[in-house]
Amino acid sequence: MELAGQTWVGQSVPRVEDAALLTGRGRFIDDLATRPGTLEAAILRSPHGHAEIRAIDVEKARAARGVVAVLTGRDVQALTSSMVVGVKAPLECWPIATDRVRYVGEPVAIVVATNRYLAEDAMDLIEVEYGALPAVIDPLAALEADAPVIHPSLGRNLASDRSFRYGEPEAAFAAAPHRVEIAVRYPRNSCTPIECYGVVAEYDPGEDSYDVLANFQGPFSIHAVISRALKVPGNRLRLRTPPDSGGSFGVKQGVFPYIVLMAVAARVAGAPVKWIEDRLENLAGAVSATNRATRLAAAVERDGRITALDWDQVEDCGAHLRAPEPATLYRMHGNMTGAYAVRNVLIRNRVVLTNKTPTGLNRGFGGPQVYFALERLVQRIALELGLDPLDVIRANLVPTAAFPYKTATGAILDSGDYLGSMEAALLEGGHAELLRRRDAARAEGRLYGIGYTAVVEPSVSNMGYITAVLQPAERKKAGPKNGAQATATVAVDPVGSVTVHVASVPQGQGHRTVLGQVVADVLGLRPSDIRVATDMDTVKDAWSIASGNYASRFAPAVAGAAHLAATRLRDRIARVAAGQLNVRPEDIVFRGGRIGSASNPENAVPFTRVAAATHWAPGTLPEGLEHAIRETVFWTPPELAAPTEADEVNSSLCHGFIFDYCGVEVDRVTGEVRIDRYVTMHDCGRILHPGMVAGQVTGGFAHALGAALYEEYSYGADGSFQSGTFADYLVPTVMEVPEPILLHRETRSPVTPLGAKGVGEGNCMSTPVCIANAVADAMGLADVTLPLVPAVLASHLHPAETAPKGRPAATAPALSGARQLFGEGTAEVAAPAQTVWDMLLDPQTLQTVIPGAHGVEKVSDTHFKADVTLGVGPVKGRYRAEIHLADLVPPRSVTLSGETSGALGFGSGRGFITLTETEGRTILGYRYEAAIGGKVASVGGRLLDGAARFVIGQFFASLARHAGGQAGESRPGVFARVRRLFGGAP
Amino acid sequence: MPRLGADRRHEVRFTLNGRPVEGEAEPRMLLTDFLRHVLGRTGTHVGCEHGVCGACTVQIDGAPARACLTLAVQVEGAEIRTVEGLAPAPDRLSVLQESFRAHHGLQCGFCTPGILMSLDELLSRRPDASEDDIRHQLSGHLCRCTGYAPIMKAALDAARRLRGEGETAADA
Amino acid sequence: MKPPPFDYLRADTLDEALDALAAAGPDARVLAGGQSLLPMLNMRLVRPTILVDVMRIGALRTVEARGGALEVGAAVRQVELERRADLDQTQPLLAAALRWVGHAQTRNRGTVCGSIAHADPSAELPLALVALGGEIRLRSRRKRRVVAAETFFAGSMATERRDDEMIESVTFPLRKPGTGYAFREIGRRHGDFAIVACAALVDATSARLAIGGVADRPVARALPLPGPDLDEALDGFAWSLEARDDIHATARYRRDLVRRLGRQVIEEAARCRG
Repeated sequence: MELAGQTWVGQSVPRVEDAALLTGRGRFIDDLATRPGTLEAAILRSPHGHAEIRAIDVEKARAARGVVAVLTGRDVQALTSSMVVGVKAPLECWPIATDRVRYVGEPVAIVVATNRYLAEDAMDLIEVEYGALPAVIDPLAALEADAPVIHPSLGRNLASDRSFRYGEPEAAFAAAPHRVEIAVRYPRNSCTPIECYGVVAEYDPGEDSYDVLANFQGPFSIHAVISRALKVPGNRLRLRTPPDSGGSFGVKQGVFPYIVLMAVAARVAGAPVKWIEDRLENLAGAVSATNRATRLAAAVERDGRITALDWDQVEDCGAHLRAPEPATLYRMHGNMTGAYAVRNVLIRNRVVLTNKTPTGLNRGFGGPQVYFALERLVQRIALELGLDPLDVIRANLVPTAAFPYKTATGAILDSGDYLGSMEAALLEGGHAELLRRRDAARAEGRLYGIGYTAVVEPSVSNMGYITAVLQPAERKKAGPKNGAQATATVAVDPVGSVTVHVASVPQGQGHRTVLGQVVADVLGLRPSDIRVATDMDTVKDAWSIASGNYASRFAPAVAGAAHLAATRLRDRIARVAAGQLNVRPEDIVFRGGRIGSASNPENAVPFTRVAAATHWAPGTLPEGLEHAIRETVFWTPPELAAPTEADEVNSSLCHGFIFDYCGVEVDRVTGEVRIDRYVTMHDCGRILHPGMVAGQVTGGFAHALGAALYEEYSYGADGSFQSGTFADYLVPTVMEVPEPILLHRETRSPVTPLGAKGVGEGNCMSTPVCIANAVADAMGLADVTLPLVPAVLASHLHPAETAPKGRPAATAPALSGARQLFGEGTAEVAAPAQTVWDMLLDPQTLQTVIPGAHGVEKVSDTHFKADVTLGVGPVKGRYRAEIHLADLVPPRSVTLSGETSGALGFGSGRGFITLTETEGRTILGYRYEAAIGGKVASVGGRLLDGAARFVIGQFFASLARHAGGQAGESRPGVFARVRRLFGGAP
Repeated sequence: MPRLGADRRHEVRFTLNGRPVEGEAEPRMLLTDFLRHVLGRTGTHVGCEHGVCGACTVQIDGAPARACLTLAVQVEGAEIRTVEGLAPAPDRLSVLQESFRAHHGLQCGFCTPGILMSLDELLSRRPDASEDDIRHQLSGHLCRCTGYAPIMKAALDAARRLRGEGETAADA
Repeated sequence: MKPPPFDYLRADTLDEALDALAAAGPDARVLAGGQSLLPMLNMRLVRPTILVDVMRIGALRTVEARGGALEVGAAVRQVELERRADLDQTQPLLAAALRWVGHAQTRNRGTVCGSIAHADPSAELPLALVALGGEIRLRSRRKRRVVAAETFFAGSMATERRDDEMIESVTFPLRKPGTGYAFREIGRRHGDFAIVACAALVDATSARLAIGGVADRPVARALPLPGPDLDEALDGFAWSLEARDDIHATARYRRDLVRRLGRQVIEEAARCRG
């Protein structure tokens, strides 16, 4: 039993969630029982980045074993309407491709069968005829006049363009002695929770209602988007969440298009339908964060003080603008000056669409993109002005006396001691020693650098910030949107035990534990006396649009709402107790499981006895007290007003502060980055549970380290997706993640019930740029790009190489868009050139020499069709191939161009063939360029070059053998002879 | 030499957490699906189905292995141990599990069963496992929540306790 | 991500397995540890009609040192070799390479011969086998034959194995007195496929360097001992491998690592000559 005055909040109590999770008794969505007869769905997805759908043949799939229904875009469109889009633009947003596909991984058809294995079997039988379209991957290229247009209805790829002006930026730039400017790119990545999406949907035709279980995380504003798409009122879309969710970090907001799809699939199939996303689907098709191209300029005084900022941000939201996008771009709108007191700001925000996965919530949500630009700029200012970066930060931090501080763009920084926290971090984190380590390393010729970042971490989003994307007049017309409703219910049952429910949908953050602590403190109980439920049911639970687990809102908003609900219930119970104990309600205290008189500790009764009273004897309640059973609180902070006419936006309620620094060393040979020490100082207000706060920091740090060094959604220029497995999308393991040094200051927030601020996202904002600054410092680089890939860093370290004679010069590093294959070779054939030429044009010969050809059909003299089985090792697939001959110069040269497509992917390429005859023998020379997309490119890109070389080599070897009369049994050992024939291999 | 036909289900028998179990599976059924959906032991989780994330790790004849890279028919007659078999009693946790709880070595708990199965094997096979040994064993697992630091603390503390070198102390 | 349908044969004897392979033709696959095959099955990159599980064939479970080489049977898991007490002494290069193969959890299931048969150009065991000049013993119902590692690997996931053959065992030459061995690998993360992996053997008169992860198969070359000629030879070797760009590294980076790490590894092997 606790001592008087001791509170549970602030202690690292063991989590109530853990016992079940540690013993295999978690209740994740795929662990829950479904109704008998529940079917399972598989989704056929686009292998193309951009293509029109010419035809879909699902008949074979419909007839396959176990299949109950097959749906295409048309079937979905018939029962739904387009999902709402957050900007005023002629754009539709469907959860499945209708007339064209716009990213690799876009759903094209849904197969519903008795189990997933059979659904996937049938999926393989669906034939889709695509007409490939040029793709656009780069956000700046997407803005160019000749860029392929992804949504014809929009007519261009620019979905929104807004400019903002605060203070007198032009005057500030004119007056400043320095203008410092950078252009940066923030890459595309995703937090990839280990549990993927899951949906179980059912339709009741009698009530025209949908009942959906999904591991959705909120915000529940999306509920309105789903019900509108399903064309039912909100009360006919019952959305429930499972008790446990295997991580989200924002990503599980993006399950909602699949809720629409599975709801429709269940309706069509006439049975409940379950869909569990697999990892390949998740990487290709679940939401990623936005990538962004930013130009940022600062007007700077001689001492490093920034007097104005000029932002130009181009946000890449991928192929569709899905709710709540373009929120990533506006989440930070009030915080575009970061932790700095800058009064004059220009902002231009553009939102573009590209042939990439649609974006959505991801830990950090806009923060990483903004701070990468801002904090790289601060380092650049120090460099250009010859100042210590720490002095530039000091000169600009919001002064401690200035809180609450209203930023130029409208945020109210509620509290903090930025300078004090920074100086404490330098002292406690061993900054002086780090400088010595750097100097010692540099003296030995090693590449060692130090990076710094100061960051404001916003939490509890204003539901109205996104309307800043609209012009003030459009906002006026639409009506104000604002606030951040948090809900909590605290109830007592007939034996006086306490239950708490919040609409917070945790995905591992331990909300049940913390709420137990919070409510136990209010009611004088132990956390183990409190039972907390966090699974959601939109029909039965209290909720609002802001409900859910995002924007780091739990500690500041949800826990606060629970505190308020518990307090209200306590005050009711106190009135009951006052009557029983014959004291004034003000004299009542709740302590140690008892309710008693503060002035007379002997005069007390057990909590349970009083708490149960309303159930058993409502007639004994004091007059005017209806009950003391249940309290539901809807709490929204008044500070979160709608954007003003001047576009000032208090985008978030409270603001933590982070100051990070780190020392890194770059290996001179390998270009690998080693983090020597990472120090992260947080002021997240009152800490409710130190162990969990530490876990949020180390967890966020690992995500950020991944973003800085490893993780990137990689796309080829043709829109092919190249990081389709966990062997290609590189999530750091324990070997890569060092343990950061955690420091804390505690400045309580005056605007949250418990004084807490969010802490979950900060390191995703501060760490990527801190590491980038350190690497730039180590290598003396003006520009660095994330992720900091060793191959790219090494290219700055190693002298240029000289290609040996007869080889093409080395190409520049081209990590992205590298799925173009090139190759060349020669073969010597013991036949005259004319013979070889005739063979090249003869379907019979082609059938013999094309590896795996089943039938070669001559459409015209220069057009052939073939059905081929191509394979490398065990990876075999059947493809349709079209081959065209052009530039025929018989019997000297010809250009072959071809396209193939099949279940494993598609390819297109050109081959240039030359024949040179000497003494009855012919030297056959070839050069090819090919592009390969689809599944093999997504999951096997690493092996593609070798595979292509092998297959193409087989063709020419076979041709040479055929011509040379060396035909023998066809066997896999052909490559050895290929090498002998070509004589080119080492 | 039984040849099991592709489109039919076949009896599969093995020992799961010390008890004989049986169920029917097509040859292609993954051990993950067999454990979870045929036997109803949902503690083993599915995270990637290509052997990288480690969430599905179980012990097969004492050795941690990916259940997603194993066919149910392959483990006929084997001894399988899953997270459901770790606790000494329904209301008690093993030393390793307890240590994870004390050090907040888990958040969402989705990757945790696999990690526990790997560490349980390492610590019983190598009670003297060093920090580096533990790190290597853990490197076959992805965790997105914790940043690994609390997992390392939990594992090191469990190793100490299993060697009889002191009590679990929750970090303050 | 579920495998396509296939028959499954649990072979109790080698003859059963070889008969099944002979009968099934090109669409049969040998299933050993399954750590390379199962991911490809789950992704439906592979569609065998039958899997022949060879792990219960007692004759394939042996590891034997004889004739100056270590013969490893087809059903021997990587972990069994890794934990062989004297491997550090008897073949330090193999011992070093094994530690880089996947993760402990995959080495517990994966077999040595399976990795050789899979022939991933970045895999460590094929590299070690080529570096050491090992051999692959192939067996079909008709005959047995032995193929040198350097000719066995034909390309990315392509080998000289015929459809009706399976690897019965592979042999790694044991450490020779007076020869030093070294291994080094660079990958993006621990346990990833190698961007570049280097294996070196150095004796009194010559050096041999094998490179994985760059060409479409592991490639070995004789090189000068550390000295003035080594850099140029390494440069020629690096260019000859026809490195390519992928999302993890550029061709140039791979060549740079061959030049720089190659030298380091040769020097290290020279120091280890004992």
